[in-house]
Amino acid sequence: MNAPAYNFAYLDEQTKRMIRRAIMKAIAIPGYQVPFASREMPMPYGWGTGGVQVTAAILGPNDILKVIDQGSDDTTNAVSIRKFFAKTAGVRTTTDTHEATVIQTRHRIPEASLGEHQVLVYQVPIPEPLRFLEPRETETRRMHALAEYGLMHVKLYEDIARHGHIATTYAYPVKVDGRYVMDPSPTPKFDNPKMNDCAALQLFGAGREKRIYAIPPYTKVVSLDFDDHPFERYRHDASCELCGAADSFLDEVIMDDSGSRMFVCSDTDYCETRRAAGPALDSQQSEGAHG
Amino acid sequence: MYVAVKDGERAIENAHTLLAHERRGDPQVPGLSLAQISEQLALAVDRVMSEGSLYDRELAALAIKQARGDLIEAIFLLRAYRATLPRFGMSEPVDTGAMTVRRRISAAFKDLPGGQVLGPTFDYTHRLLDHMLAGDTAVAQPQSVPVQADAMPRVSDLLAADGLIEPSPQPDASKPVGDLTREPLSFPAERDLRLQNLARGDEGFLLALGYSTQRGYGRTHPFAGEIRLGEVDVEFFAEEVGFAVPLGRITMTECQMINQFHGSATQAPQFTRGYGLVFGHGERKAMTMALVDRALRARELGEEANAPAQDEEFVLSHSDNVQATGFVEHLKLPHYVDFQAELGLVRRMRADFEATADERLAIQEAAE
Amino acid sequence: MTATTHDFEGPVFAAQSTFRAIMQAIARPGSLQSIEGLKDVPAPLSGEAAAIALALFDHDTPVWLDPELARPDVAAWLRFHTGAPVVPEPALAIFALVGDPAGLPPLNAFDQGSAEYPDRSTTLVLQMAGLAEGETLVLTGPGIRDNQAFRAAPLPDDMAERIAANRSQFPRGVDLLFTAPSQVAAIPRSVRLKRG
Repeated sequence: MNAPAYNFAYLDEQTKRMIRRAIMKAIAIPGYQVPFASREMPMPYGWGTGGVQVTAAILGPNDILKVIDQGSDDTTNAVSIRKFFAKTAGVRTTTDTHEATVIQTRHRIPEASLGEHQVLVYQVPIPEPLRFLEPRETETRRMHALAEYGLMHVKLYEDIARHGHIATTYAYPVKVDGRYVMDPSPTPKFDNPKMNDCAALQLFGAGREKRIYAIPPYTKVVSLDFDDHPFERYRHDASCELCGAADSFLDEVIMDDSGSRMFVCSDTDYCETRRAAGPALDSQQSEGAHG
Repeated sequence: MYVAVKDGERAIENAHTLLAHERRGDPQVPGLSLAQISEQLALAVDRVMSEGSLYDRELAALAIKQARGDLIEAIFLLRAYRATLPRFGMSEPVDTGAMTVRRRISAAFKDLPGGQVLGPTFDYTHRLLDHMLAGDTAVAQPQSVPVQADAMPRVSDLLAADGLIEPSPQPDASKPVGDLTREPLSFPAERDLRLQNLARGDEGFLLALGYSTQRGYGRTHPFAGEIRLGEVDVEFFAEEVGFAVPLGRITMTECQMINQFHGSATQAPQFTRGYGLVFGHGERKAMTMALVDRALRARELGEEANAPAQDEEFVLSHSDNVQATGFVEHLKLPHYVDFQAELGLVRRMRADFEATADERLAIQEAAE
Repeated sequence: MTATTHDFEGPVFAAQSTFRAIMQAIARPGSLQSIEGLKDVPAPLSGEAAAIALALFDHDTPVWLDPELARPDVAAWLRFHTGAPVVPEPALAIFALVGDPAGLPPLNAFDQGSAEYPDRSTTLVLQMAGLAEGETLVLTGPGIRDNQAFRAAPLPDDMAERIAANRSQFPRGVDLLFTAPSQVAAIPRSVRLKRG
């Protein structure tokens, strides 16, 4: 039993080529899910193996990597994945959103707007937006081929009939460049508008479900809605108690057992940057957020 | 007081140290050797090799030790290791007809060429806890007979001579054998990929599915035509020398189910086949694999396919325990963000509900 | 986990940087990305096309060579360095290497992918003399902020029509990579041509 020597960024070159070819096709067909032969990674399926494989396939020695989970650089899974690449690729890592060239994320899009030099890699659990309406791959594939998305609209409209509004709060489906309906991964719908016309390339990896998809930079990404019930962002109606931001997505933190709560930015780098910039800003100074 | 989730790195390291400590248990108790696991927990090793898709007893024993006896975790360890190995090519198909048989039974024929060989089996043991085993007592030396060459033809081959059973479905020779570790599975899947998926599939999941076919959810009228356990040669066709060179011998368990088939408009009634083959000694898995293989052939045989075990997408998409355990256990990961979004929605919906409560009451009263 | 193996870092990093250039090129259609061509490759295969081959081809990717490149030494070089099988029909190819882009076969001679699996189409690699001459095409679509000018020579006179026809069957269609000395650019199937 020899201790194995792993390649740069863990994956062998043949696997990287296979993933790179899938990424190329994914970018060429925005929003379409390209099947790929996802490998067993040394971390469990469902814990970011798709994102990790995409990151491993694109990462080079000059990249600066940031990994976030729930918007935070310090959550255990983000730490674990960042450490994995620091160890297997020796790349520089950062928590600074602007400095990073590759950002791997689970469940959030950073608050700061991204630039052309950046790639955002999403970890995706269930890539198929139609899966909860139709469990069969053969059927959903046909529906995408024919751009037959009526079922999705029916589902959203049933929400409206029952609740008066669309009762989907995360993984809110989008249409990419007017063609494919796509799952944005379980980001809160607050983040959906950030996908539209974004300067950075967005790549999505689903390891267990073996799919890669992409949104090229400056691509039209529209959240599905209806003329009489337009898409609405949602955030807690409060400001961050640490930095005062009134435009960021907030985590509600339970303070004690008598029900007191406070709200703080989910994006830790955004919050820390604002705090470093000066004394807590008054919430009025931030821009309105219910756009 | 608000405490940010900081110091994740230190927390992870501490958890790993604690895990290693717990794994070792009481240091007064001697540590397990890999040989002990491989020799005395042999069936656990076999299962890990089978579902881990890697035939290496020592590595499987190591995985079991590292996983503290959690076999799915051990299978995962072996799979992750396997994914890093270079691939030189594919072996020649193993010839189970030429197996050096240690056990061979048929439930379809009382006697047959080569006879019934009971071999090492739990089958007729009385399941009474043997307290003698709590110590390390000596065991009796088993009797052995010399191997009889060519004396054990497969039952399915005997039946096939009379045309009573369908010929073994032949793959399209012009197409390479599929490999779902190199190409993502797409549907409908051919039988080569289905069998590969089942061979790697979780024993418990397949057991339940196989059982369900016996209870009427997709009946296939099975007979255990033959179950054989023994050693087979593995050969590799080396381009350089132009012939197949032997790589070694491995233990395998094969099950050939014989299933009743009433025939169709185009086919005379005959028996059909379900097939199971696993690394090591794994009869339960081989049998249940054969049951599910046969159930999944419903479409090809023109049978109605309404039962779970006949549903190819359902079975193949959920059989892999490494995938399943990862996704189930990922619920342990933080979902703060989605939960916050849902929390907001539930509050809003509750507020709407309260606001319209009076209205609803009025409507109800009017109706009464 | 043990340290990474360092023996392979040269080719490993070369493949990575070539791929990143290709990825940027496809993500930003018409933009020029720099890549490093390989030296000592059999003419008329270009060093840039050879670098792309090493980054992306292997025995899972059948390759078609246009008549200009269909020479025994080019085919032997590709087979030896990438393991990719050379196929006689463009429709069977995952990649096509085109040494004479002026004589480019019709785009629909290549694998277009299917409506269910549009990703299974051919990617063409065209060896251009340069990416600063020829008819100016104005590109729009995903990856392009407003519009992007693109020039390449030599190309067939009706290249604009061919690109438009390729787009019209989206999501099916081929994707085009253009190489020139130290440069690569792309026109994926998602590109729309701006008229006028």
